[in-house]
Amino acid sequence: MSALTLYASDVVALARKDLRLELRARDTLPAMLLFVLSTLVVFHFALPTGTADDAAFGLLWIALVFTALLGLARAWAPEREGGALDGLVLAPCDRSAIWLGKTLAVLVFLTAAELVALPAFALFFAPVDLVAVAGVVLASIGICAVGSLLAAMAAASRGREVILPLLFLPLAIPLVVGGVGAGISPQGASYLTFLGLYDLVFAILAWATFEYVITE
Amino acid sequence: MSSRNSLPLLAFTTTAVLGLAVVLALLVAPEDVDQGVSQRIFYFHVPIALTAYLCFGLGAWKALRLLWVGDERRDLESYTWIHQGTIFGALTLITGSIWAKASWGVWWSWGSNQLVLFLVLFLFYCAYFMLRFSIEEGARRERICAVYALFGVALIPVSFFAIRLASDFIHPTVFNREGPQMTGTMFGAFLVCWAAVTLLAYVMYRVELVGKRTDVNLRELREALS
Amino acid sequence: MSQGQYVALAYGVVFVFVLLWVAIIATKLVRLERETGELAEIARGRGSDG
Repeated sequence: MSALTLYASDVVALARKDLRLELRARDTLPAMLLFVLSTLVVFHFALPTGTADDAAFGLLWIALVFTALLGLARAWAPEREGGALDGLVLAPCDRSAIWLGKTLAVLVFLTAAELVALPAFALFFAPVDLVAVAGVVLASIGICAVGSLLAAMAAASRGREVILPLLFLPLAIPLVVGGVGAGISPQGASYLTFLGLYDLVFAILAWATFEYVITE
Repeated sequence: MSSRNSLPLLAFTTTAVLGLAVVLALLVAPEDVDQGVSQRIFYFHVPIALTAYLCFGLGAWKALRLLWVGDERRDLESYTWIHQGTIFGALTLITGSIWAKASWGVWWSWGSNQLVLFLVLFLFYCAYFMLRFSIEEGARRERICAVYALFGVALIPVSFFAIRLASDFIHPTVFNREGPQMTGTMFGAFLVCWAAVTLLAYVMYRVELVGKRTDVNLRELREALS
Repeated sequence: MSQGQYVALAYGVVFVFVLLWVAIIATKLVRLERETGELAEIARGRGSDG
């Protein structure tokens, strides 16, 4: 079996473990779905009448970012609560595979939340076109790639719930710019390119540096 | 060790250059035809911004060396550079805001790409300190902070492009800030100011590093004696 | 405020920042002096015992 196939199977196994745990525990995903719906409803009351659709679209991205934060806060919880992180670190897999597996798992959760959020947004506020959806997809990759690494950092700190948003929000700003721009700007394609660039740069950086974050 | 002797010499040299820079910027350089006397803020505002970028870059470089080579002294060096960067970043925001008020009549403008970029970076590096102080001291903290410093330096160009994209389509660029067309004297003054601010940052870095290293030494001494 | 006063404000802020930094370093220096003094006490105590 080539090294790459081995790596890929490690990643899939890790991601599957997280998904199976969530399927059994069912605490993170329902919370995310309900949170994103409630937030959208709150936005309706928060926006004065006559607000442009564009403004509402900006708020969609706020909802998505904070829903992601909700999921990310719980991302390493199974490892932390079970004391399994040390075991994972000792496991004979590449440390970066741990990051990639976790990123994929969180991405699945976030995508599930978006499958609820986007139709709800189209229903409550304004239609969402294909470029906007592509923006959501690309930005989600960036959110999960960067977020799972930052969540691992936060897990090592004493102020864990509070510190993750502080770490995440500045890095999320370019993603929000890209996502909102993809949705509302006539030159949506350049925003999509930008999101792809962000994903490339930060995924590589996260992949390369993750092992330094989790080794004791 | 020669570096220990050079710090006083460095500090005095910096003072001299800084004094010269202030005189050049405020008295010798000709007044700008278009912007008037408020243009003189530019002589320090831009070097302060450039120095902040330099400090963040050096912080990331030391962080990279820490992860690569593993010398734990790099942790304090990286931390101190980032501290300087944050100080100069805050100064960039303040002087930039004053310049905005003097030039355009508003204390803040989302149209000023550089100010917005520094705001994002300032938030990012403030979080660095929150992260650092919430993790227990040790090798793990050093590595996590180093990784975060690397993310910061990657964020700089990415944010720059994001803000530029955003200003084209999301926030209309109302104010056009072109680089001033400088005469020879003005450019000379600018260079001296840039050198002065860079030297100042370096002196502050060296002094702070001495303080931090002494702290660590004292703690070890205390443990050894008790 | 006139333009010249804004210039003065900007330069003044930089000046104050640097002075503030000096003040903070001075505080640290005082603390370091106190701690070295305490350690010297401990060392002196040791020296008289040993």
